Amino acid sequence: MKSIRLPAIIENLDKFIDFVHTCVGEYISIDKKIMEIELAAEEALVNIFKYAYPEKPGQVEMQCDSDDSKKITIEIRDSGIPFNGLSRPDPDITADLGDRKIGGLGIFLIKKMADEVRYNRSGDTNVLTIVFYA
Amino acid sequence: MELNVKNEEKGTLVSVTGRMDAVSSPGFEVELGKLIDEGNINFVVDFSELDYISSSGLRSVLATAKRLKGKNGQILLASLKDVVKEVFEISGFSAIIPIYDSVEEATAAL
Repeated sequence: MKSIRLPAIIENLDKFIDFVHTCVGEYISIDKKIMEIELAAEEALVNIFKYAYPEKPGQVEMQCDSDDSKKITIEIRDSGIPFNGLSRPDPDITADLGDRKIGGLGIFLIKKMADEVRYNRSGDTNVLTIVFYA
Repeated sequence: MELNVKNEEKGTLVSVTGRMDAVSSPGFEVELGKLIDEGNINFVVDFSELDYISSSGLRSVLATAKRLKGKNGQILLASLKDVVKEVFEISGFSAIIPIYDSVEEATAAL
């Protein structure tokens, strides 16, 4: 298992995504799949950067693991306010241009890209677990 | 993300290279906003060198499309890589933003 822990600020997005890219790249070689995992990671991270720490700065920890050659697990932890994005309704993806909203699209993309996604509040920590089968 | 802008007879061709993520994609909206302010309202965006797009990138394309709609202009996308096309399809954006297989086809549709 590999992990990275950094302040929850947008300026660290590239470092987190480089971490995901390198870690996932050890297990799979399909560029499209790696991009899909990077996308899910970015969407989860950006939500944390924007909403998890409204009062004071905090950290995000990301773990990347594979139990065999097929299952890749990305776990993202923050100790910000409790937030389960998975419980939000999916956005209306059929609205026309004038009515189309972007809110909720990030979480929706995570659900669509990942094979499994779970949220847990463990003590004072939000834990988002995203699983992909290579 | 890098943008290359070329004025053509029927409109403005914008070629995007790299990644449209939460850090870079606001730049797309800002740069196209400047071009719109200068009076350009018909755009073809060449995504053939765009490797990656997230919801932030979709947001900047949507904001630009909405602005252009208010001016009777348009933004047509061309030559999307598979992974980028997938994001447009999953999000339903391919139903509201026209997508063409090539820059030539998009330009012909302006």
